[in-house]
Amino acid sequence: METSLEEQFQQKIDQEHKIEPKDWMPDKYRQTLIRQISQHAHSEVVGMLPEGNWITRAPSLRRKAILLAKIQDEAGHGLYLYSAAETLGISRDEMYHQLHSGKAKYSSIFNYPTLTWADMGAIGWLVDGAAIMNQVPLCRTSFGPYARAMVRVCKEESFHQRQGFESLWVLSKGTDEQKRMCQDAIDRWWWPCLMMFGPPDDESTNTIQSMQWKIKRFSNDALRQKFVDMIAEQIKILGMKLPDPDLKWNEEKKHYDYGKINWDEFWQVLKGNGPCNKERLDARRKAWDEGAWVREAASAYAEKKHTNQLNNSNKVYENVH
Amino acid sequence: MKTFIRKMFYGDYGEEKNNAAESNSTNASKNEWPLWEVFIRSKQGLDHKHVGSLHAADAVMALENARDVYTRRGEGVSIWLVESKNIHASNPDDSAALFEPANDKIYRHPSFYELPDELKHM
Ligand SMILES: [Fe+2]
Ligand SMILES: [Fe+2]
Repeated sequence: METSLEEQFQQKIDQEHKIEPKDWMPDKYRQTLIRQISQHAHSEVVGMLPEGNWITRAPSLRRKAILLAKIQDEAGHGLYLYSAAETLGISRDEMYHQLHSGKAKYSSIFNYPTLTWADMGAIGWLVDGAAIMNQVPLCRTSFGPYARAMVRVCKEESFHQRQGFESLWVLSKGTDEQKRMCQDAIDRWWWPCLMMFGPPDDESTNTIQSMQWKIKRFSNDALRQKFVDMIAEQIKILGMKLPDPDLKWNEEKKHYDYGKINWDEFWQVLKGNGPCNKERLDARRKAWDEGAWVREAASAYAEKKHTNQLNNSNKVYENVH
Repeated sequence: MKTFIRKMFYGDYGEEKNNAAESNSTNASKNEWPLWEVFIRSKQGLDHKHVGSLHAADAVMALENARDVYTRRGEGVSIWLVESKNIHASNPDDSAALFEPANDKIYRHPSFYELPDELKHM
């Protein structure tokens, strides 16, 4: 009996063969990946904005250089991911258009404001920490270009998390005001970070399909639990507290129990009603619109150089003959 | 809460209506800078290896961008750039016809030859 293309595709996946751009794939697989990779790329790019807010106000040259390097990495992550998505047949401009028109989404975490310098530490430690938790399994995702981009990304993330923790660690040993600042940043970022893993497993209905295609390998709740267990231990070193009265070690489960997440807030932010949604999109659109003349000028210059080259080689040709 | 978002996990934040991510690239890509494939030699003595792609108006800009995007931590000592439209690739559907003739020529491998145990250094 002959196996259908779909069955052959699933067999390849089951045998842990990677799918490459020119291989046959179901339309739905392609579509899911285009959406996931491009939205992931948007998140990296929009994610530069909350941190960019503090570059000029970093407390020392050392911190400023670190922050700049981290933000530059995030730009790189966006670029690796856009280029992976392009292998599936969507153009870069189309992806930008989807972001700027509000059609495509990005991680809700970047719609929260960065109010104090301590937020730079909290973002590195918690936001990048949560991102790493999610991104490490994506290094083995079934689509080759996405997996390879994620390997590159993960290599760079570790510095992001470490510099964040170090920064909070310094604050945690500082003056009373610095300690307060540190605790306040943790209080504000903790719950939105837990939301980064997505809704609970019983609500994300199509996860099963993504698991079967090995785009995703662990459920939202499993990854969230791993993150809670990790941070609940690390915060002890800072001598700070997570803002959750229900957080408690569960000896039976060998995991930390934690309180209820406010999913209503999550859906509101994702729908565009978060504290900074409008500001973030406006900043992106402004950058795109104000860069238009640069893009055009560069194209015109390249075109002109190309024509000159052709003319010159024609002249040489005429001289010789 | 009623919502059209069907799927939600890291890197995929759902969509307002179904198939929002479907692309109609043809009209959007006209003003795009050309796409370049980037190859990097990680250290002297090794081959250049494909690392990804980027957009740039010309080769000079492509080189500068490749340096910034793909070698921020000393990942390379040399960069090659090829405009993507100039890459000719084999088609995966032809893999059988292209590569199978090699599979039945096992005598091309050293392990094909059974030699006496006394024979050393071969
Ligand atoms: Fe990143
Ligand atoms: Fe990061």
